Amino acid sequence: MLDAPAHPGRTRTDTARPLVQVRDLKMYFPIYSGVLRRRSGDVKAVDGVSFDILSGETLGLVGESGCGKSTVGRALLRLYDPTAGSVTIDGEDIATLSPGALRRKRPTMQMVFQDPQASLNPRMPLSDLIGEPLIEHTDWNAERRLARIYELMDAVGLNRRFANRFPYEFSGGQRQRIGIARALALNPKFIVCDEPIAALDVSIQAQVVNLLEDLQDRFGLTYLFISHDLSMVRHIADRVAVMYLGRIAELSPRDALYSRPLHPYAEALLSAVPEPDPNVAATRTRIILKGDVPSPANPPKGCNFNTRCPRAFDRCRVEKPDLVEVEPGRLVACHLYSPDTRHAGSTGSPEAAIQARPEHFQQGAPK
Amino acid sequence: MAGLRVWLMDPNPTSRRQARLGQFWLGWLRLRRNPLAVSGLVIVGLLLVVAAFAPVIAPHDPLAQDLSRRLLPPGTPGNLLGTDDFGRDILSRIITGSRITLYIVGLVAVTAPFLGLLIGTVSGYFGGWTDAVLMRITDIFLAFPRLILALALVAVLGPGIENAVLAIALTAWPPYARVARAETLTVRNSDYIAAVRLQGAGVPRIILGHVVPTCLPSVIIRVTLDMAGVILIAAGLGFLGLGVQPPLPEWGLMISSGRKYLFEQWWVSTMPGLAIFIVSLGFNLLGDGLRDVLDPKSAPK
Repeated sequence: MLDAPAHPGRTRTDTARPLVQVRDLKMYFPIYSGVLRRRSGDVKAVDGVSFDILSGETLGLVGESGCGKSTVGRALLRLYDPTAGSVTIDGEDIATLSPGALRRKRPTMQMVFQDPQASLNPRMPLSDLIGEPLIEHTDWNAERRLARIYELMDAVGLNRRFANRFPYEFSGGQRQRIGIARALALNPKFIVCDEPIAALDVSIQAQVVNLLEDLQDRFGLTYLFISHDLSMVRHIADRVAVMYLGRIAELSPRDALYSRPLHPYAEALLSAVPEPDPNVAATRTRIILKGDVPSPANPPKGCNFNTRCPRAFDRCRVEKPDLVEVEPGRLVACHLYSPDTRHAGSTGSPEAAIQARPEHFQQGAPK
Repeated sequence: MAGLRVWLMDPNPTSRRQARLGQFWLGWLRLRRNPLAVSGLVIVGLLLVVAAFAPVIAPHDPLAQDLSRRLLPPGTPGNLLGTDDFGRDILSRIITGSRITLYIVGLVAVTAPFLGLLIGTVSGYFGGWTDAVLMRITDIFLAFPRLILALALVAVLGPGIENAVLAIALTAWPPYARVARAETLTVRNSDYIAAVRLQGAGVPRIILGHVVPTCLPSVIIRVTLDMAGVILIAAGLGFLGLGVQPPLPEWGLMISSGRKYLFEQWWVSTMPGLAIFIVSLGFNLLGDGLRDVLDPKSAPK
């Protein structure tokens, strides 16, 4: 598998089979308090997230700081052991794999980290950093490993003469290239890019994003691109998931989302994207949310967004909305778009709708 | 020489060894800028040279007694630092004693940090119960004054140079375990350890390949700073008669034997005391200098 060259001629959308399937992923971090360090609660960093990533596509994951984007990325690769839910990557459930099987599975899935300074061991020269996965998963001799290291350095645009330099001798962009080369070393299928450009200068960001796109075309990679940079996500992603407080608010194709966001939170978030055209910018209305994000240790009853939502109504305060397909390819978790609300809206009280459809009570129902 | 320097400073090393040697060279350049560290290095270097060539340098046999020439003051022709109560040449004994000191220091420097690193990194990496148990054991060892614990161990094992080393090593590891654990806790959740885990590396590879090298500089600094303490404890054990046995010229033992003559023939105790002082100072200065060189927080920019 490792010897396989790039997958030539493969384009982004020629296979529509999901490579990654996430179902109801939950990641709770326990809170211990008191003298006896009893478990007194959980930080619900990720609270029931489901999505698919098709083979060869880029799924953007956006949201504000602390909404659980990075936790999703890390739980997906089992850097954290998920509390509940399943993550199927290429046919195997990562969340329940035994350590041995997980080890063998590791080459398929890799990660590019946010801070290239922190993700490279400062005491290792570049060739060791990139070559380490090869030592771990192959029995190649030093010569063959070096050939592969050079190949990877060429692929990410690093001069071969740098092979024995240490990380501190590189600039931020070059370090991120090293991180990408390391992720590519074992020919992965799926790469989680955890804010790969957030720590870089603006001038370097575009280079790195272009490199990532290039590599995707050459090697047929599938990305989960986590970012809070909405314009960069618009550039690279095929579909975009908007997260708020541990849940997905909306998951839509990129163009549809950016031109007409459905979820009120997505709408508010996208209205914050700077508009380059001053004429358009002048006519645009920015939605400014009031209040703060509630604590993930104690999320509000009902919809997570109801405390700040400009369009919240009674039902939002009692019932958590499910992520459902409201238009072809567009999934939204909002009562505004559920068919019975629209119905009920025409007849008056939304509460009537709840009483009419009791089976819709689910995880967030009043206890 | 110039060619070697160019080779070491090459920004694009052609081999891994050249890269590592280049790092050492940079470290040496930084160390060289610190005059105190260099003087420490010179003292330690002198100790090594003196110990290596002790039989050649020593003017007399350190064990040869001459009762007609006992307790001669320093400056006496033939006995530069005077003689002790058996007429043995103090200079020769100090020179030969440097071997014993170096032997003890060397053995302790190899064993105690090894044990401390192992316990500290394992404790810090796993956390939870492992951490609690290992750290409570460390606390127990730390709760005893070192010399008392070493005394108790030697009393059980019996006096002698090997047992003294063993006792010192067993009392010296807890600080290293603490340092290594603290360092491990800071790197355990770092991205580069996450990256190694993503590659599928097992726990032994992570600890030995990534965590230990990160902790090593702090521990090395701590060891050089502790060397003075080790020399003093070894001397203390010798002074109490529980370490090296007479007639071997161990420095602590020499101080102890001069105790009776402290007021009239001060040099019998003072000369080996000065030797201990100078060597301890040397290790301390070197340790301080190494801290500036090896500290990852002051990594080269």
